[in-house]
Amino acid sequence: MISYLVKRVLMLVPVFLAVSVVVFLILHFIPGDPIDNLLKVGSSPSARVEMEARYGLDRPLPVQYGIWLGKVLQGDLGTAIVARRPVADLIAQALPHSLWLGGLALLFSSVLGIALGLIAALNRDRWPDRAIMGGVLLGSTMPSFWLGLILMLVFSVWLGWFPVSGARGWGSLVLPVLTIGLGGTALVARITRVSMIEAAGRDFVLLLHAKGLSPLRIQLRHVLRHALIPVVTILALRIGWILGGAVTVEVVFARPGLGTLLIKSLSQHDYPVVQACLLMLAMAVMLGTLLGDILQALMDPRVRAAMA
Amino acid sequence: MTALLEVDRIDVAIGALRLLDGVSLAVERGQILGLVGESGSGKSLTALAALGLLPLIGGRVTAGAVRFDGQDMGAMTDRQRRALRGRRIGFVTQNPMTALDPVQRIGAQIDVVSRLHLGLSPAQARARTLELMTQLRIPEAAAVAEAWPHQLSGGMKQRIVIAMALAGDPDLIIADEPTTALDVTVQAQIIQILGALVRDRGVALLLITHDMGVVAQICDRVAVLYAGRLAEEGPVAQIFAAPSHPYTSALIGCIPQEGMARGTLRGIPGTVPGAAAFPSGCRFHPRCPRASDLCRTVVPPLTGTGPRVACHHPGGPA
Amino acid sequence: MSAPAPLRALRRPLGAVAGLWLALVLLAAVFAPLLTPYAYDVQSLPDAYQPPSSAHWLGTDEFGRDLLTRLIYGARTSLSVSATAIAISVFCGMVLGAAAAWFGGWLDRAVTVVVDLTWSFPEILIALILVAIIGPGTLGTMIAISVAYLAQFTRLTRAQILTLKGETFIEAARSLGAGNAQILFGHLLPNALAPVLVGAMLATGDAIILEATLGFFGLGAQPPVPSWGGMMSAGSALVFKAPWVILFPGLTVAITVVAINLYGDALIAALDIRAKLRTGP
Repeated sequence: MISYLVKRVLMLVPVFLAVSVVVFLILHFIPGDPIDNLLKVGSSPSARVEMEARYGLDRPLPVQYGIWLGKVLQGDLGTAIVARRPVADLIAQALPHSLWLGGLALLFSSVLGIALGLIAALNRDRWPDRAIMGGVLLGSTMPSFWLGLILMLVFSVWLGWFPVSGARGWGSLVLPVLTIGLGGTALVARITRVSMIEAAGRDFVLLLHAKGLSPLRIQLRHVLRHALIPVVTILALRIGWILGGAVTVEVVFARPGLGTLLIKSLSQHDYPVVQACLLMLAMAVMLGTLLGDILQALMDPRVRAAMA
Repeated sequence: MTALLEVDRIDVAIGALRLLDGVSLAVERGQILGLVGESGSGKSLTALAALGLLPLIGGRVTAGAVRFDGQDMGAMTDRQRRALRGRRIGFVTQNPMTALDPVQRIGAQIDVVSRLHLGLSPAQARARTLELMTQLRIPEAAAVAEAWPHQLSGGMKQRIVIAMALAGDPDLIIADEPTTALDVTVQAQIIQILGALVRDRGVALLLITHDMGVVAQICDRVAVLYAGRLAEEGPVAQIFAAPSHPYTSALIGCIPQEGMARGTLRGIPGTVPGAAAFPSGCRFHPRCPRASDLCRTVVPPLTGTGPRVACHHPGGPA
Repeated sequence: MSAPAPLRALRRPLGAVAGLWLALVLLAAVFAPLLTPYAYDVQSLPDAYQPPSSAHWLGTDEFGRDLLTRLIYGARTSLSVSATAIAISVFCGMVLGAAAAWFGGWLDRAVTVVVDLTWSFPEILIALILVAIIGPGTLGTMIAISVAYLAQFTRLTRAQILTLKGETFIEAARSLGAGNAQILFGHLLPNALAPVLVGAMLATGDAIILEATLGFFGLGAQPPVPSWGGMMSAGSALVFKAPWVILFPGLTVAITVVAINLYGDALIAALDIRAKLRTGP
């Protein structure tokens, strides 16, 4: 297991480098010069040159990348051009909000999604299955920002149960978590159901029945356990997807977080902040896949054997 | 003496398709009944019917009865049937490669049977498991019990499956093509093990196979299925000496050689028809050298004492 | 029995209802000028924030424009942008996926790495960044959506071609002397087409949601041209004052996407290609 872990972590290094190059390059394709935002109208060309030199924008791209990466690895994400603060500070402020929101939404959609998928699979083609899968289809076709607005309308405006926006207190987390979580629930429920049904048709399940085990025990202790292997993998792969959903929902509920920071800095052409946000999201995606692979290895001895 | 397992003229259907039609079998203690036929003849369905597991594949017994030790399984509750499976009826599946739960250690998969059915403690169950494994000549049983299924060879896995079938101390073992998926050398060992079980423990064995060679080697009686109906049934010695049904003669005449595609019979062109397109009359008639107009229209009844045969023109080799 | 699959899909009750809705939306989009009593872009501030009434069936927005009119014109933008984007995506994805699967080697590895990388990124992030590069508007949205879904179709086509490559009829064509191009375009792509097209149909539903999201951020079609997402861009500010402005466009998006999914399911059943679509969640 240890050697598996080491190998798996080492595999992330080239991926990280590739992502960092992409993130770095993308920002240089974005039109709109941040320097324009900083210079007063009518500044002299020499002031522009000086400003470019200050942010290292006059060097060749590979050099800029090298310098940037070196600093990033030391935790220095540069200085926000518009906000004029260390980017690391901005990220540090936003990150906990995003982590709470994403973590709770992930937990919510896993627990509810697996439960619903399980119930649907156990009642395959009967009404509970149809009802759950119908609800799941509805849930996955609503744009998350719209679902957020509707939840806001019902629970904040009409019922007054939760605050409309902001990030003060636990109450403000409920609606955003629900908004992201309900979309994720649909995905998890669907995969759980399909892989339960697939696993229930496997040969070894017949033998479990032939051993005289009770059907419920077979479903819960054996079939579900197998079905969860792909569910966990896909959930982990979709951590990035949940963070992406969080981007929209953060904006809807005017919550601080990586999403709002990203959208704001994108519109301000604030390169260093956008880069840092993207890098954080990319790392979350990578850590998600890592976590998924580790969980998969813990759950399936064949995976461990293949990697050892 | 009544037979331990008595399958009494059962019909089995999945949806609207009637896949078994009046199949009767009897297996007595200390005896081996070979159930033979090509793929698609309904052998595995018969096994599932005897285990009461047809609902798993959406099937049901629509006529006749399966009796175990004199009791009608159809009249039992689910719980009663479950108490038979694993305890009094052991099952050995076709493909050992996929028969074990890949994410559970070997030992635990065997332990559960004796814990569930014999009420043993975990320690007692493990002791029994190791004893069974040793009896089945599994080397280093203690280490194998801690292994994962993917770490074992096919032959070893099939021994594990047999150990699982034995763990509840059953009276009947149903083995569904236990050697089909294995190497030829391992096949002989598994057949030997199964034969020894019947000799030493006095269990009854329903051995499903498509290999007449195996039947000749260890079975006491043989039942030949064709397209969901019994073609011939009787003591192995008599049937091999003088097969009455042309299908039986064909099976005996071409005991499968290596390299022959499964499901094909040398000398008899064609394959078993699907349940949606069973021929009228005797279902074997399109492939039968002796077929007459009678065979095309009238279903031959199963007749005779000693060997019973369902054929309008029984006799020696065609 | 031998009716084409899109019609056979209508024989299932859910498929029929879904097909009906889609036909309705499409017809409304095509004949928008004939159907709408108001102009989509004429502001009339005295009429702002009217709740649904007999004059304005779905109410009016913050500029006093008729919501139903804008919704119908919005269908034009949202559907055409999403469908065009997916068409571009399918075309490029099929070329990339087929090339990767057919030629293998370094090309396949490179394509797989890039596709896997983008696939694990949320589509909305990819689209947001691309719109930031290209600039907001219809064209930017279209390109952004097509790139966001490129990975999916490359994957699907690649998997299809890899399976088909080993089948006997391809071997037969090759032994008869067919060249690379002939096999690829004459045999492989036509056979991979049905699953990819159904996949494209389902993705169009997702693309409508993505287009609406970009519109919500104010990055889609620029005012006064209406799009379903753009109509909701006033967002939380309007939830208090005129919830119908938010409610109806979102509901239209949701119903349309549900209809696309249901019709797609019926189509999959009619074509009997469920197994082929299983290349990922």
